Amino acid sequence: MEQSWRQARSLFFSVLGAPLFWLVAFFMVPLGVVWLYSFGENRGLIDIAFTGTWANYAHAFTPLYLGIFWKSMWIAGLTTFLCLVIGFPVALAITFAPEKAKAWLLLLVMLPFWTNLLVRTYALMSIMGAQGLINNIAGFAWNGASGLMAHMGLHALPDFQPMQLMYNNNAVVLGLVFVNLPFMILPLYSTLDRMDRSLLEASLDLGAGHIQTLFNVVVPMASAGIGSGILITFIPALGSYLTPDMLGGSGAQMIANVIENQFKGANNWPFGAALSFILVYMTFIGVALQGVLEGQARKREAQGRAA
Amino acid sequence: MTKAVTHKHVPPGPLEYLRRWPIQAWLVAVTLFLYVPLLSMMVFSFNDIKDTVVWHGFSLKYYDKAIHDDDLIQAFGNSLTIALLSTIISVVIGAMAAIVLWRFRFPGKTAFDGALSIPIVVPEICMGVGMLVFFAKVLPWPGNLPWPLSLGNIIIAHVSFSFPFVAVVVRARLASFNRELEEAAKDLGASDYRAMMDVVVPHIGPSLVAGALLAFTLSLDDFVITFFTAGPDTVTFPVKVYSMVRFSVTPEVNAASTILIAITVLMTFLALRFQGKSALTAGHGVPDHT
Repeated sequence: MEQSWRQARSLFFSVLGAPLFWLVAFFMVPLGVVWLYSFGENRGLIDIAFTGTWANYAHAFTPLYLGIFWKSMWIAGLTTFLCLVIGFPVALAITFAPEKAKAWLLLLVMLPFWTNLLVRTYALMSIMGAQGLINNIAGFAWNGASGLMAHMGLHALPDFQPMQLMYNNNAVVLGLVFVNLPFMILPLYSTLDRMDRSLLEASLDLGAGHIQTLFNVVVPMASAGIGSGILITFIPALGSYLTPDMLGGSGAQMIANVIENQFKGANNWPFGAALSFILVYMTFIGVALQGVLEGQARKREAQGRAA
Repeated sequence: MTKAVTHKHVPPGPLEYLRRWPIQAWLVAVTLFLYVPLLSMMVFSFNDIKDTVVWHGFSLKYYDKAIHDDDLIQAFGNSLTIALLSTIISVVIGAMAAIVLWRFRFPGKTAFDGALSIPIVVPEICMGVGMLVFFAKVLPWPGNLPWPLSLGNIIIAHVSFSFPFVAVVVRARLASFNRELEEAAKDLGASDYRAMMDVVVPHIGPSLVAGALLAFTLSLDDFVITFFTAGPDTVTFPVKVYSMVRFSVTPEVNAASTILIAITVLMTFLALRFQGKSALTAGHGVPDHT
């Protein structure tokens, strides 16, 4: 049983002091100042006056910025969906793998995850460029086909034009899936691993196919893990800066790139602060929503057990 | 569909998904997706010419170039120093936060617990601008401090986002601690403080190592928050690489990245040795089974 703090005051304060101070001074205060700035106005080049204005938020709800928010949510949503579809069979395979293979498969998924994000994005850039691996393989195949057609007496194909793989929204989605896939696989695996396997066996014994069992038994039972996987992928994807910056170029900006530009280029800190806090609120809504869904799932589970 | 693809010719059991070919093909495809970009970058860092597709011959010249690039080496040194110092602070503070939440009932506990999880969920970009504003307006960091102190603002920022992760890892471990052991120590005459240091702290030892590895990796990995905190003289490895590769592919970056990946792989194996499988997933929203 936990002890009341009154029973060991000096120990309590000496253990609480440092983390509380750090959290307040170096996390709450920085975010608090940004929050205050979001109600401020630029006065001159460096001065910002706290006027309590809502103008920055009003500016954020103009069509241009609403469009960017909408696009960011779209890209993050598509990324999350692709991660779920790609990651689910992987999580399933890890769950039902023999103990030894399981450890290796987990390592296989986690190793890229522990690798530097910038290095991974850069690696993706270098194979997607006009001179990159993908275009070269495609070019090789193209020329091969062209030669073959000429050989058969057909018209040779026109010269191979490198595909523009980078600097568009598709590149951003591909990059985000590449970066975030392990985020999705982990929570899925951890839920599937705790699942009661006899229910799956029962379903298969009673004549359901694997696909039917997957959608009627596995997915409902894993709903909590799917929920947290979606959240844990969607939130970083929504706020991602590096991937759209490096793979997307100027045409595929997401909200984080706009925020960065307000602080570093356009020098409109109050507006950047308002955009940041809209993003923070969106994150909180996501977390709260997931908490509610998880609570419901837990309740259902408890009821199911009682019944 | 259910034909076994093994040498033993035993049909797979109903749940042996790993032995079914569609799943196997899927795993191979995902592995290729995750690894081909990294492996191609690593392999071509040894290429003789500046080409990322055609193999010309083995050469270490880009490694030579990378280690003689003073800016790159300085950035690498900064990154390691920041990671080391912020890890030490994060482990101490994170463990304290975990212990206080585990051991005491106090008013505002729920609020403290909730506030501690905010740095984990807040988007990096928002924390980045927070740090930018904080170190510009509230606590201006002097630009002329002697090195390591000049890195102080980055270290502070890194501790802020990594110590809550350490707290999560340590708390998972504390859940398995038998409180009676601490009571016994106190019955035998140990003070509160003594019982804490000699009984509780040794128990959480493995999670401190796992938390430290996590904090170290998070710090080494961070780009966005550092990007908003770093000054022109306090560039870290990711920030330096970013400025080098934003518009083109540079072979010495391939070499430096390969070295960094090698360090990561080494650290992952160290984590596995200390904590077993759970180290892989530590602090990433996956409950510990141990």
